[in-house]
Amino acid sequence: MNQWAFVVAAYGVTAVATVALIAWAFVSMRSAEAEADALKRRK
Amino acid sequence: MHGYANPTRFLKIARPVTAWLLGIGLLLLAAGVWGGLAMTPPDYLQGETVRILYIHVPAAWLGMAGWASIAAASISQLVWRHPLAAVAGRAIAPAGATFAALCLATGSIWGRPTWGTWWEWDGRLTSMLILLFLYLGYIALASAERERGGDGRMAALFGVVGAVNLPIIHYSVLWWRTLHQGQSISVAQGSSIAPELLWPLPLTMLGFTALFAAVVLMRMRAELARQKVEARLRRSTAE
Repeated sequence: MNQWAFVVAAYGVTAVATVALIAWAFVSMRSAEAEADALKRRK
Repeated sequence: MHGYANPTRFLKIARPVTAWLLGIGLLLLAAGVWGGLAMTPPDYLQGETVRILYIHVPAAWLGMAGWASIAAASISQLVWRHPLAAVAGRAIAPAGATFAALCLATGSIWGRPTWGTWWEWDGRLTSMLILLFLYLGYIALASAERERGGDGRMAALFGVVGAVNLPIIHYSVLWWRTLHQGQSISVAQGSSIAPELLWPLPLTMLGFTALFAAVVLMRMRAELARQKVEARLRRSTAE
């Protein structure tokens, strides 16, 4: 049993999930704030 | 503390703090992961798989700390009616659920070479799985309440009641002696892990915690911006 395969799998899953979480939070924040700013400018 | 419950004051602080948390979190995490993968020796018993420790323990800590924060925010919402408490609870839940799921996934990957199985209905594993289901339930309940225009009180009650699971997770290794190992690090007794293996752990713990906090702040900012848009649209419809 290659122990490094398990280490790589664990780190890979963690990296993908962490990057996806940060990217989702960042994109949703930017789009919500851009929408709020656009609405503010229109008034 | 109550002063920071003002959304305008909160946003003034949250904007610069988000970028700092992201930067510091990534630096600490990079240093911890590098140390854990390249600089520490393999364990005499577990071999190379001990390196999963540096991501599994922070994921477990954040899964549990996330729910403890939801419970604290829920109490603030129910008792003091803080305007930001419900927003904070909703922002914490997806990040907490992600780390609870990561704790289960990395634990399962670690379990296969060390225990010979991917899963066991052991006290610690089962109570952690229940925590993940609690997160999913909280997210569903909070979203449903928000869509119906509710004040989020049901989700807050759920947040407080769900905290009962936290001491069960913590003491599960003492109450039911099954497959999961006992506590390796405690405030009173210190650590049973060798120092040459232990040092990257605080780095990844702090790094993941900073990233978790950055995600929560970004979710809160998104939620506050959405609330602002909804309020403006409601006002313009009324006019």
